[in-house]
Amino acid sequence: MHEQVNIGVRGRVQLAARQRTTTRDLLQKRARPGEVVMHGLLFVCGAISVLTSIGIVVVLLDQALLFFRDDRVSLIDFFTGTQWQPTIGEFGIAPLLNATLMTTLIAMCVSLPLGLFAAIYLSEYATPQRRALLKPILEVLAGVPTVVYGYFALTFMTPVLRAIFGRDTVEIYNTASAGLVMGIMITPIISSMSEDALSAVPRALREGAYGLGATRFEVATRIVVPAALSGIVAAFIVGVSRAIGETMIVAIAAGAGSKLTFNPFEGAETMTGHIARISGGDISYGSIDYTSLYAIGLTLFVMTLTLNFISQRIVRRFREVYE
Amino acid sequence: MTQTPRISVQPTRRPQDDLAIKIDVKHLNFYYGPKQVLFDCTLPIRERSITALIGPSGCGKSTFIRCLNRMNDTILGTRTEGEILLDEVNILEPTVDVVGLRRMVGMVFQKPNPFPKSIYENIAFGPRVLGMKVQMDEVVEQSLRRAALWDEVKDKLRQSALALSSGQQQRLCIARALAVQPEVILLDEPASALDPIATLKIEELLMELKHDYTIVLVTHNMQQAARASDRTVFFLLGEIIEDSTTDDMFNQPKDKRTEDYITGRFG
Repeated sequence: MHEQVNIGVRGRVQLAARQRTTTRDLLQKRARPGEVVMHGLLFVCGAISVLTSIGIVVVLLDQALLFFRDDRVSLIDFFTGTQWQPTIGEFGIAPLLNATLMTTLIAMCVSLPLGLFAAIYLSEYATPQRRALLKPILEVLAGVPTVVYGYFALTFMTPVLRAIFGRDTVEIYNTASAGLVMGIMITPIISSMSEDALSAVPRALREGAYGLGATRFEVATRIVVPAALSGIVAAFIVGVSRAIGETMIVAIAAGAGSKLTFNPFEGAETMTGHIARISGGDISYGSIDYTSLYAIGLTLFVMTLTLNFISQRIVRRFREVYE
Repeated sequence: MTQTPRISVQPTRRPQDDLAIKIDVKHLNFYYGPKQVLFDCTLPIRERSITALIGPSGCGKSTFIRCLNRMNDTILGTRTEGEILLDEVNILEPTVDVVGLRRMVGMVFQKPNPFPKSIYENIAFGPRVLGMKVQMDEVVEQSLRRAALWDEVKDKLRQSALALSSGQQQRLCIARALAVQPEVILLDEPASALDPIATLKIEELLMELKHDYTIVLVTHNMQQAARASDRTVFFLLGEIIEDSTTDDMFNQPKDKRTEDYITGRFG
C-alpha cells in the first residue's frame, strides 16, 4: 500500500500510472467533506422556509383558538354574523369578507382582460423589438410600492370616479377605487405569466392553423390561448391571491370601519385593511380585539391556501396537453 | 452514358407533359434578412400529379414550398422577389388575401401537429374559421375517409387527437388540410418522423389523392421520391439544378451534381 495523501483524483490517477496502483485502490470510496457541508447548508436553507411557514401556522392557529374559545364569540356568529364591531362584541366576518371579495372581484375584472390581452399582444402580434421595449415597461408596474398605488387610488382614481358618477354617489373612501387600482397593480403579474404560457405553445401548432387559412386573431384565440389555458388559469389564481392579500391600497383607499354593502362606491373595510388599522392602533396583547385579528388572518390564510391548491390541481391536470 | 440506377422506379407512368400547369414559379428569390436562400428558381408545377423536391438539408426546398402558400409571411424579416402564378394569378402581389390563398393551397408539416383538441374539432377547425357553410359531420367523415383514417377513428371522434399514433396524427393533419377543399397540397417531409409502415400508408394515400389535387412533396428520402412522385426537382444551395420526370431523374440525370446526389456520392 502506498501512503495516503490528499492529492485529488487527477493526482491519484497520475500516481496510479507511476506506481501502478491497482484499480481497486483508485475506486476505493473516500470521504468528501465539502460535499457533506454543502448538502447540509442547502438543506438548512430549505428547512428555514418550511419552518417559518409552520411557525406562522402555529401562531395563527394558537391565537385564533384563543379567540374562538372566548365566551363572547361563537363560531356560528363568526361565519353568519353581519356585523364586525369588536367594541360591542359583534364578530361576524361577513362585512370584512364581503369587502375583500368585492375589491378582489373589481381588481380581477380589470386585470384579467387587460393582462391577458396584453399577453396576447406581446406573444402573438408584437415584433421582437417592440416586445423587448414593452415587457420591461409593463414589469415596472409590478415594482411600484403598493403604498404609492394606495395614494394613487385616493388622490387620482377616487376624484375621477367622483367626477364621472357625481360627488353624492361616490364616497371619498370606496371599494371601487381601491379595486380598480389593485387591478392595475396585478395586471403585469397576469400578463407576464400568461405571456410565458402563450410563448411556450409550439410554433408548429400556430403554423398548422395558419396553413388552414386562420387569421392571426383566430390563431391566437382558438389555438394558442386554449393550448396555454393551464398557465393562464395559474396566472389568474396567483392574481386573485395577490388581490385577497393586498393590504396597503385597501387600507388607504377603501375606507375604515367595517360595513356590509354591495355598493362599490361606499367605503368598506377589507380583512387585510382591518388587520392593518387595528394592529397599528393601541391594542392590548391577549385582548379579544387582538385575538380576533388572528381569526381574520387564519381565514385569509385558508382562502389563499385553497386557491394555491386549486391552481396546482389545474396546472397538473392540463399540463403538457400539446405534447 | 450508361448509368445503372440504384433506385428502382415504377416502370409504368402516365405522360405528364399534357397536364396543365397549376403553379408557375418564375425567377423566385428569397431572403431571410440579408441572407439569400433561394436563387432565381423557375419551376412549372403540373396539376393532378406529385412533384417531389429533393436535395440535401439546407438546400432551400422547404423554404421553396413555404413560399407557395406564403407561409414565410409569418416569419419576420423575410423578403420574396419574383413571381408565383397560381392559375395565372401572382400570389406574391400585396393585394392577394393570404387566407384565401391558404384555403386553396393546404399544407402538411414535417412533424405531425394536431391541435390539442378532439379528432372531430381538428377537422372542423378549418371550415369553421373560413366560415364555410357545410354539414360539418359530413365534412369530417369525408375528410377522414379520403385520408384513409376513418375506419380507425370513427368510434372515437370526440377523443383527443394527441392519443393517436404519430402515423395516424399525420393522416389526421392531411385530413384536416383536405377539409377546407384545397386544390394544391404542400407536404414538407410528411413522413420523416414516421416508421416505414406509416410512411407507406402516407405514400399510398398521396398516390390516391393526386387524381384530384396538385401535390408538392418535399422529401430527403430519395426512395420515397422515386416511389411516389411523377416529377422530381433537385435543389442544391438554393438553386434548382434539375427538373424532370422521375424516370429521367433517376435513370438518366442530365447534371453531374444530380447524378452524384442520387447515387449517394454526397448529401
